[in-house]
Amino acid sequence: MAAGDVLRAPHVLEYPYVRSVGPVIGAFLTGLRDGRILGVRSVSGVVVPPTEYDPVTGAATGEVVEVGPGGVVTTWAWTDHPTPDQPLDRPFAWALVRLDGADTAMLHVVDAGSRQAMASGMRVVARFRPAAQRVGHVRDIECFVPATDHAATGAVR
Amino acid sequence: MSSIEPAPPVTTLATPIRIDYEYTAGAAQSRFLEGLARGVFVGQRCPVCGKVYVPPRGSCPTDGVPTTEDVELANTGTVTTFCVVNVPFAGQQIEIPYICAQILLDGANIAFMGLIQEIPPDQVRMGLRVEAVWKPADQWGPSMESVEYFRPTGEPDAPYETYEEYL
Repeated sequence: MAAGDVLRAPHVLEYPYVRSVGPVIGAFLTGLRDGRILGVRSVSGVVVPPTEYDPVTGAATGEVVEVGPGGVVTTWAWTDHPTPDQPLDRPFAWALVRLDGADTAMLHVVDAGSRQAMASGMRVVARFRPAAQRVGHVRDIECFVPATDHAATGAVR
Repeated sequence: MSSIEPAPPVTTLATPIRIDYEYTAGAAQSRFLEGLARGVFVGQRCPVCGKVYVPPRGSCPTDGVPTTEDVELANTGTVTTFCVVNVPFAGQQIEIPYICAQILLDGANIAFMGLIQEIPPDQVRMGLRVEAVWKPADQWGPSMESVEYFRPTGEPDAPYETYEEYL
């Protein structure tokens, strides 16, 4: 450290928030931990991820139902250079996926290999992390993958 | 998935937020930090009003001129005001209760914050004379962590008039 230097140092701020999730998001996260994707029946159809109130009318939602694990990409955006905290460490697509049995689309990522492999309307299927790594978080789904990569349409659990 | 004993439902979600900054101390504060690495408090004097600021910010807020003259300050000072911390919080690194004080170093014209120890919390008072307790020299670095805490010197309390301007 020579006199006259202007000093620099890393300065990290961390907020270790823990949220209470309530009964409906709680059911969704519990489902993810158990390797299932759950939505909720509502006057607008089946809402995924589930909400306590209908997103259009505000009416209370009803019964929890399982959806997917396959679905359709409704729209997507390609990421060439993932940042360190993003879900995948290789180029991927952010995508809205309307799961089979759902009437809304949820945001997740598609590991398609290349932008040319992406298309609105393509079928994808959830790839779950191994059970021992699942904690009740949307990242318990590691990603979605093009359904053509798998003979079966069942989730990769 | 457990087939026998279902795991309890998920009721909470950790949503940590982390922001990575690269902090640049600037020329004046770098003088102060270099001072801490050699066991000295360094301030800077305003060439117009003569006041000494510590830590220095590089300019005088009253006169609006750069402060370029470095001033080495004493290791002793006066508590101008203080707070006894009794409330635990996430990330707390000191055992409660502890005392966080504004300390006016001898030769300085602004107080800075320091930890007071070696005195029961109910005996800390305005005007208390204190001195810095530095870590062993091989642990000094460009950080306030070079200073362990401040402790009473045992001198008589400073008269109120000597620090009333700094409250």
